[in-house]
Amino acid sequence: MSKLFPKSANKLPFQILIFLGLTVGIVSAGITYYATPKYTRVGYAPVQPVPFSHALHAGQLGMDCRYCHSNVEKSGHSNVPTAQTCMNCHNQIKTDSPLLAPVRESYASGNPVPWVKIHQAPDYVYFNHSVHVARGVSCVECHGKINEMPVVRHDKPLSMGWCLECHRAPEKFIRDPKLVTNLDWQHPGGAAGQLEEGKKFVHDWNIQPPQSCSGCHR
Amino acid sequence: MRYAYLVLLFVVISAVSVLGFRGSSTTRPPLEVFPDMDRQAKYKPQAESAFFGDKRTDRPAPVGAVPFGRTAIKAEAKFLGADDQLYQGLASDGTFARGFPASITVDGKLLERGQLKYTIYCAPCHGAIGDGNGITKQYGMGATPTYHDDRLRNMPEGEIFNTITKGKNNMLSYADKLDPDDRWAVIAYVRALQRAQSGTALDIPSAHKSELGLK
Repeated sequence: MSKLFPKSANKLPFQILIFLGLTVGIVSAGITYYATPKYTRVGYAPVQPVPFSHALHAGQLGMDCRYCHSNVEKSGHSNVPTAQTCMNCHNQIKTDSPLLAPVRESYASGNPVPWVKIHQAPDYVYFNHSVHVARGVSCVECHGKINEMPVVRHDKPLSMGWCLECHRAPEKFIRDPKLVTNLDWQHPGGAAGQLEEGKKFVHDWNIQPPQSCSGCHR
Repeated sequence: MRYAYLVLLFVVISAVSVLGFRGSSTTRPPLEVFPDMDRQAKYKPQAESAFFGDKRTDRPAPVGAVPFGRTAIKAEAKFLGADDQLYQGLASDGTFARGFPASITVDGKLLERGQLKYTIYCAPCHGAIGDGNGITKQYGMGATPTYHDDRLRNMPEGEIFNTITKGKNNMLSYADKLDPDDRWAVIAYVRALQRAQSGTALDIPSAHKSELGLK
């Protein structure tokens, strides 16, 4: 009777262990890389019913974010503008553009333009726009350089860890509230100048961003 | 054993080619890895409702609704729009009121507020100095009147308030963007812009003259 297993089979259990170890390592690395909002959310750029370009309106024309998102300073919710807001200009500019047909239809009928929501916090997160804007957190910190986007793209992960980066060290991010809608602004003194001025704001306004659960979840 | 590694390599390569890399643009909605309570059965602002006929969660005021106490209580200026001058720009005889309502104090703070709001909502068409040469003119906006003529210099404040509130000709209402206090702030700033056009060196406070190279 010949031997059931060849001699090389002695190494096999060891080789299988190495293989399994490698597989587990790759799977963990894959989950770390993919199962996070940095992958799942960043880059989301849906097709909108009207190809509205923020790069044109906010960038080239230099319109303030608040022209359309007019409640951002007063309300927790930053509003998507009504069709009337578009019609303020588009009742005279590009009045017969087929691309603007949904806006004209909405203005006539009163039914909203079915814009697709891009930045969508989970329902258990109670984010308040007005609080952040009033204390000098610029639009750009959470939305990226919208004024350079022809199609809006989810630019930041909006994950909890990402929120906490700022809540733990607000001085690195906050600026003079007058400059919140200036998306190109950077502190002229660089990172050191930002830190210095940020610390002053944190002290003067007694900013204590909540780090407890109930600060954002209820 | 070599085959097992080849299969693993193949799986990794195909997974990466299907999933791509972080930050690549996609039109597909984000995958919610643990969607436990991400989407709850509650109404959020500007969301869609399956219950109401018009599918809106934001409910408009019912037909025929009037502000509570609108006719009965007029004593308190701020109480629910009871002050005709503050909320409609009307004097007691129904004509457009001149001057600012009693509850509005015209000071530096109001003008600063007015400047901010003017720059956001008015300047795109009316221009930063109110001459009607806003950025939209280059894109085909019809003629926007300048503030610097006698008709608008002599227009009662109440009529300007009415124009902001209800719109005029091609200009639509800005009532949804400017609440009444902000409208008065904008009016004060418009008056400041008009005054600035007829300014002379004598108007400059002595403390600021050196900045302009004046004595």
